[in-house]
Amino acid sequence: MSVPVFTVEDVTKIYRTGEVEVYALRGANAVLYEGELAVMLGPSGSGKSTLLNILGGLDVATSGRVTFRDTDLTSAGERQLTRFRRDYVGFVFQFYNLIPSLTALENVALVTEISRDPMRPQEALAMVDLADRMEHFPAQLSGGEQQRVAIARAIAKRPDVLLCDEPTGALDSTTGITVLKALETINDTLGTTTAIITHNAGIQKMAHRVFSFVDGKIVNMTMNDTRLEPEELTW
Amino acid sequence: MRVLDKKVVRDLYRMWAQALAIALVMACGVATLIISTGAYRSLVETRDAYYDRHRFGDIYATLKRAPLSLKDRIAQIPGVAAVELRAVSGVLLDIEGMREPAAGYALSLPDYRDAVVNVPLVRRGRLPTPGSTTEIAVNEAFAKANGFEVGSTLKAILDGTKQTLRISGLVMSPEFIYALGPGDMFPDNRRFGILFFSEHALRGLLDLDGAFNDVTLRLLKGTNEQAVIDELDGLLGRYGGTGAIARKDQLSNAFIDGELQQLQAMARVIPPIFLLVSAFLINMILSRLIALEREQIGLFKAVGYSSFAVAVHYIKLVIAISMVGIAIGFVAGTWMGRGLFALYAEFFHFPFLIFRLHTDIYVIAAGVSVVAAVAGGIRAVWSTVVLPPAVAMQPPAPTVYRRLLSERIGLLKPFSRLTVMGLRHLVRRPLRSALTTLGMAFAVGLMVTSLFFNDSTEFLIDWLYFQSERQDAVITFTDERGPSVMQAIGQLPGVLRAEPAREVAVTMRHGHVERRLGIAGKAQNASLSRVVTIDGEKVVLAETGLTLSERVASLLKARRGDLIEVRFLQGKRRTAEVPVTDIVPGFFGLTAFMDLAALDRLAGEGPRVSGANVMIDPMALDTLYGAIKTIPNITNLVLLDVSRQKFGETIDENITIMMTVYVVLSIVIAFGVVYNSARIQLSERARELASLRVLGFTPGEVFGVLAVELGVIVALAQPVGWLIGAGIAWLVVNGAENDLFRLPLIINTDTFAIGSMVTLTAVLASGFIIWRRVQQLDMIRVLKTRE
Repeated sequence: MSVPVFTVEDVTKIYRTGEVEVYALRGANAVLYEGELAVMLGPSGSGKSTLLNILGGLDVATSGRVTFRDTDLTSAGERQLTRFRRDYVGFVFQFYNLIPSLTALENVALVTEISRDPMRPQEALAMVDLADRMEHFPAQLSGGEQQRVAIARAIAKRPDVLLCDEPTGALDSTTGITVLKALETINDTLGTTTAIITHNAGIQKMAHRVFSFVDGKIVNMTMNDTRLEPEELTW
Repeated sequence: MRVLDKKVVRDLYRMWAQALAIALVMACGVATLIISTGAYRSLVETRDAYYDRHRFGDIYATLKRAPLSLKDRIAQIPGVAAVELRAVSGVLLDIEGMREPAAGYALSLPDYRDAVVNVPLVRRGRLPTPGSTTEIAVNEAFAKANGFEVGSTLKAILDGTKQTLRISGLVMSPEFIYALGPGDMFPDNRRFGILFFSEHALRGLLDLDGAFNDVTLRLLKGTNEQAVIDELDGLLGRYGGTGAIARKDQLSNAFIDGELQQLQAMARVIPPIFLLVSAFLINMILSRLIALEREQIGLFKAVGYSSFAVAVHYIKLVIAISMVGIAIGFVAGTWMGRGLFALYAEFFHFPFLIFRLHTDIYVIAAGVSVVAAVAGGIRAVWSTVVLPPAVAMQPPAPTVYRRLLSERIGLLKPFSRLTVMGLRHLVRRPLRSALTTLGMAFAVGLMVTSLFFNDSTEFLIDWLYFQSERQDAVITFTDERGPSVMQAIGQLPGVLRAEPAREVAVTMRHGHVERRLGIAGKAQNASLSRVVTIDGEKVVLAETGLTLSERVASLLKARRGDLIEVRFLQGKRRTAEVPVTDIVPGFFGLTAFMDLAALDRLAGEGPRVSGANVMIDPMALDTLYGAIKTIPNITNLVLLDVSRQKFGETIDENITIMMTVYVVLSIVIAFGVVYNSARIQLSERARELASLRVLGFTPGEVFGVLAVELGVIVALAQPVGWLIGAGIAWLVVNGAENDLFRLPLIINTDTFAIGSMVTLTAVLASGFIIWRRVQQLDMIRVLKTRE
């Protein structure tokens, strides 16, 4: 766990809406290492989603520097960022963002079709325990199942990093735990560097490391000596 | 201003481009109705006022010669309000600077009193001095076309002698709004003029002292025209009367009626379609636009607004957009309507213009548009307003998709997931996809409708001038002549070939239907003026029997083999029963054909000729013209080249103007529809498309999803649009058909292609805008919001 995947140096992000400047990040610093499962914790508006978006190439920093391995994401153009997302990043969102007109299998295949070294979509769905629901359309799946399809879609391309923004936010705790289990399995078996954003402190015990956000800064980083299994989490 | 009203203003501001596109589509519908109906009605009102003020005659009759004393008997026919006895004659004119001979129609005006029927309007100078044989007034259009002023002179061959005539005044007459020379199919004001003489003088010149050969009547309101005509025919029969006609058959009036009827057909068929199409599009667009506001509607209800208040809010938005559209439509419609009316008025040579704004048209146009818009708005608002707020604020339940039939059988295997996505989305909402397709099809159809006219007239010109009437000129005689005249014609300098022609005035009766028309006799071996099928094949006329044009056959309800009672209105005035042997296409006038020999036998006067079709050596034209100008028995020489050119001009002036307006409006509609469909499609699917961008798809790939959907719709819309266009064109052709003119329904492939190209250009332009938007999709915002 010593090879850095992401390096974040002094990153500031300012949103300008009209004449108002909103500081979403005020000089954040962090390093994510290969294979680790990091939880980013903090109240809403603390900047954790902004950082995740910048890491995932959905947004660019106003100042500071973000590198992915040896690539400088801060100076990358739109075309490079698209390429970066396509090849290296898997995303999981609170609201699943599945394509309603495609079946579970097809939602996954959507990504494997454009990936360099994907696993078979069936394999990805099996990893999240959905082998028997592959032919269903999103409307025919429960929230937890939809989120697991989203995870399968994110990991099917064997991404270097898996970025999850409130993956359990829209789910009840039982369903949430099955989703977290899926994430944990992926991290364990594939060694995919995983970052999970949450404002749910209960989740932090499953992480290798926990970053705490307040007002656009990372104010604390703790390492868990003993990690809990998702089934052991409560909230 | 209440907060909700402020929101209306801001929403409008935010979606100004789309609102404007909707408003423009609506404006087109509104404007078309105002333009065409307004112009048509104003023309009719102007014509009626002109007729009324200048006492346009109700009944017209010509005869050989009758004593003036007959006037009292005519005046005593019940219902007759005024009688004017006249001397008239066709004359050949020799105009300085014009190589070819021109034709004139000499007409007497009463001396020492005003005319009581067809009162001329003196535009410049004065009427001819009573008794003067050298002074004439001419119709203004003829003077203008030839550059004549008061004081100009021209030469006329009157009763065999060449006279120099001095123009004393320029006049207009309701009788000659359209001045049509004998044998001419279209007015040619340069080569045909009306010469108003002093009554006394003209009678002298025409050897009609104490007699007349033409009569016009004005009737009391409510008089039975046919009864008067029957009595008049009874009186004039023995004086060589060829049958009186009512105003509706008077040539100038019939021509105007025909033109107005064509305008009206266009005004009746096309604008309502424009209006309905725009209403349909607005309905579709607004309902989809408001469906996008679902969450906001839920929010309003959550904070305590009633369903009604929310509905009213959105209806206000819809009405605000409508108002913009209607205002643009009103202004553009009135402005263009006035301009169009002025153009037509000039074309018709009305002495004055009455342009009135017809409130009912405005109310109807605005009403239909607002109702359609509000209905579209309510449809969308209501489906959301009835939901409990909490549900409304949730994104709508994900649509349940199914595999397509074509997928189950493996048809879609070769397509990417992105393509399948687009296709399933289309099939999932079949009604919406169908409506969008239909909307786009209408845009294509309107273009086709606006353009087909060119094809039809081009076809007609080819059919008429290159297949049917292939002679260089038609020479018309003052009276029917014996066949020996053909020898004389054949010997004229420059005449390469001459074929006899005979036109006889008859009434035809079949069952209860009776029509007055002409039978054209064509020689068996004629090769210049032929009866042809629609494909240009020569029709061989039967040795006995009538060949009717389709229009005549349908008016008489006659079919092949039926017997028609034919009553000759000239010569021996025979009546005979003649079988219909053939029915052929015909686009001009009410025509019937007979083999020339058969016609001669039927009329019973031996072989007669009323004119000749000739082929001319172009090098010898001047000598021929010179020779014809000295021959007394020729009233007109119709040059087919000139006729063809006039035909083109008439069409251009009358219909092309209107069609141009329609073309412009259908382009606006095409853009409005396509742009809005694409924009809404993008809004509805922003989230899904942004997800694709997040997953690493390039803007090009994401755009491809929309392109597939739009592409399928556009492709389907083309054939449907062609059908719609052909259908509307059919309606226009049928509505515009009248006794003088019928248009064939011909739509060339390139017209369909142009219709499609315009729509495709709109698609490409809209596609470009959408492409820009896809590039700018805000991935983060879209993923954070629920929908």
